[in-house]
Amino acid sequence: MTHFLRRLAVAVVTIAALSSSEALAAGGGAKHPRSGGFAFESPLGTYDQAQLQRGYKVYREVCSVCHSMDLLSFRTLGERGGPFYDPSASSPADNRFVRTIAAESQIADIDTETGEPIMRPGIAADRFPNPWPNRTAGAAANGGAYPPDLSVMAKARKDGPNYIYSLLSGYGDPPVGLRVGAGQYYNPYMAGDMTPFWDGDPEHVPPGGFIAMPPILMDGLVTYDDGTVASVDQMSKDVAAFISWASDPRATERKQTGMGVLAFLAVFAGLTYASYRRIWKNVAH
Amino acid sequence: MSGHESTYVPKTGVEKWLDTRLPIVRFGADYLSLPTPKNLNYWYTFGAILSICLVVQIVTGIFLAMHYQPNTEMAFASVERIMRDVNGGWLIRYVHSNGASMFFIAVYIHMLRGLYYGSYKAPREMIWILGCVIFFLMIATAFLGYVLPWGQMSYWGAEVITNLIGAIPLIGEPVLIWLRGGPAIDNATLNRFFSLHYLLPFVIFGVVVLHLWALHTAGQNNPVGILIPKEREKKDTVPFHPYYTVKDGFALILFLMMFSVFVFFVPNALGHADNYIQANPLQTPAHIVPEWYLLPFYAILRAIPDKFGGVVAMFASIGVLFVLPWLDTSKVRSMRYRPTAKIFYAIFVVNAFILGWCGAMLPDAPVVPGMPSFTLFDGQLNSYLWLTRLTTLYYFAFFVVILPFVGLKEIPLKIPLSISEPVLKGPDAMSGAVPASPEKKG
Repeated sequence: MTHFLRRLAVAVVTIAALSSSEALAAGGGAKHPRSGGFAFESPLGTYDQAQLQRGYKVYREVCSVCHSMDLLSFRTLGERGGPFYDPSASSPADNRFVRTIAAESQIADIDTETGEPIMRPGIAADRFPNPWPNRTAGAAANGGAYPPDLSVMAKARKDGPNYIYSLLSGYGDPPVGLRVGAGQYYNPYMAGDMTPFWDGDPEHVPPGGFIAMPPILMDGLVTYDDGTVASVDQMSKDVAAFISWASDPRATERKQTGMGVLAFLAVFAGLTYASYRRIWKNVAH
Repeated sequence: MSGHESTYVPKTGVEKWLDTRLPIVRFGADYLSLPTPKNLNYWYTFGAILSICLVVQIVTGIFLAMHYQPNTEMAFASVERIMRDVNGGWLIRYVHSNGASMFFIAVYIHMLRGLYYGSYKAPREMIWILGCVIFFLMIATAFLGYVLPWGQMSYWGAEVITNLIGAIPLIGEPVLIWLRGGPAIDNATLNRFFSLHYLLPFVIFGVVVLHLWALHTAGQNNPVGILIPKEREKKDTVPFHPYYTVKDGFALILFLMMFSVFVFFVPNALGHADNYIQANPLQTPAHIVPEWYLLPFYAILRAIPDKFGGVVAMFASIGVLFVLPWLDTSKVRSMRYRPTAKIFYAIFVVNAFILGWCGAMLPDAPVVPGMPSFTLFDGQLNSYLWLTRLTTLYYFAFFVVILPFVGLKEIPLKIPLSISEPVLKGPDAMSGAVPASPEKKG
């Protein structure tokens, strides 16, 4: 019976391996994301604060023109583990970087005396302002496709950080034989199925899909304050790191708590096992 | 063990006063001193683990409900707000969302243990049936809860599952509207799902009390599967406390360590990335799948070409568990002594995993890519559709054909006279009460 089960297990594993490779080979699959080499993805890894700051700059100067981050507040930037955390500030709201960044944005509000709509400089408690007055306006300005909110983007895609990095740095000329519609761009990392648009060999449908976002990043588009060369690859990595942090700003705290919890449970397990052995010592079982 | 006599003696005046009015301390003391077979292995610790899972879900759920907004405009953002801005909110939410998976891991092990050791057989039918009720309520609660974050899978999962109700002839359509609170899934649906998701865990709690009551009346089963005669009770049992509190406690801590690895290091590994995209009724996800623990039932649903037939099959796959005590004809409880049934049991476990795998795959996808195939009725033979059908067939056949038939034909191994016997003479010591041939069949 064990022999039979072993053979069955081998068969199941083989089937699983074959079917997953099949998904890549056939049309309808996207290219597997390249690794951005992100240290924060490991169980104990933390974010590189300099990288988060660079990533924020890319987001602020490039992405935020079209993409909202509705769930982010300016104060979050100054929290422990965040891009502008400053141990000398008494609170994130008191953080000078946060206050400066917030004040750069104009926030819609009302005049507290007259009730007239006004624009005022942002404060730490404000959310990142949305670039569009409403969803329809955002879609209308972008060929009908609303630029998705980036607040939780790294959690909303499989292998999020590497996916964002690969997508942003993965644009290239579409393969010959692929019909690309107006206002669309080919990206091998985008989900989709290219079979209906492919005139070439039906056995070799290119991976990937169409995306409405043009390849916006160009070398030197952003000037980094720390002197890092702003290549497309570098900017893609940095902004992927920033979006990953923004998707889960408590990740570092979570992992550190986890180490403590596991250490406690390990000791507790040892003590309980010792008690178990002692209590059961004289019982044959 | 049934009719376990109370050994509690009230000591203080308060206890004496209380004992004649509401013997709640006696109840607790009797619970802890319950004579329990001393040969229970670690598979038997999942009952205690499950009770902790339920408490964890209820406690974290109550705190989540303090911050959650059951409104289609706000639900998604409120869950994110809990994880960003509520003190310890990320912990509460990740414990709750991963806790559901942990609950199901534990309940599946618990059920498979009961199946293997024949814990559903007389006199324990009520324990098993109440367990099935709990399992069914757990599925309902988990489904309702998964809708609450209002992500894409929440919305579309609710769409697919409520649509099934609409497939029921005659009453389907009105029931569907009643369930959704309108013609489509919307704010009314979310509101009532939240209300029911808060209610059902307390119903589960009530049924758990009945489950334990039945357990304490009929007595614990054990890996040998024999009833412990009154005269051997002293030799073969130990009081539940401290012997099993410490053993269950140790197993629980190991379980919590696995739980912690998920919560603290890979909190989203068991979920679907699409559920971090806010629900959009105008955009169907490429592939709608339920959470992993419902995949086998989702596979059974899709195995039947007719929609209503699929619904019937899915409910029947849970319903058949309720009548299991009367389907299994074997007088021997533990499969330790059932060489033939044991093989079918092993296949059943593997089959359940394959069913789950099928539930996650597209039905038309080939199982072995590139293998020549042909169309059988409505689909390629080499497709997940047909693999799902074969595994669904085995799932039902195991209960309604194999167990009744094997029970009649199988020659069981010799069963020890007492549960101490295999311990004292090594695991294979058989000197038997049941006159039977030790030869294996099948």
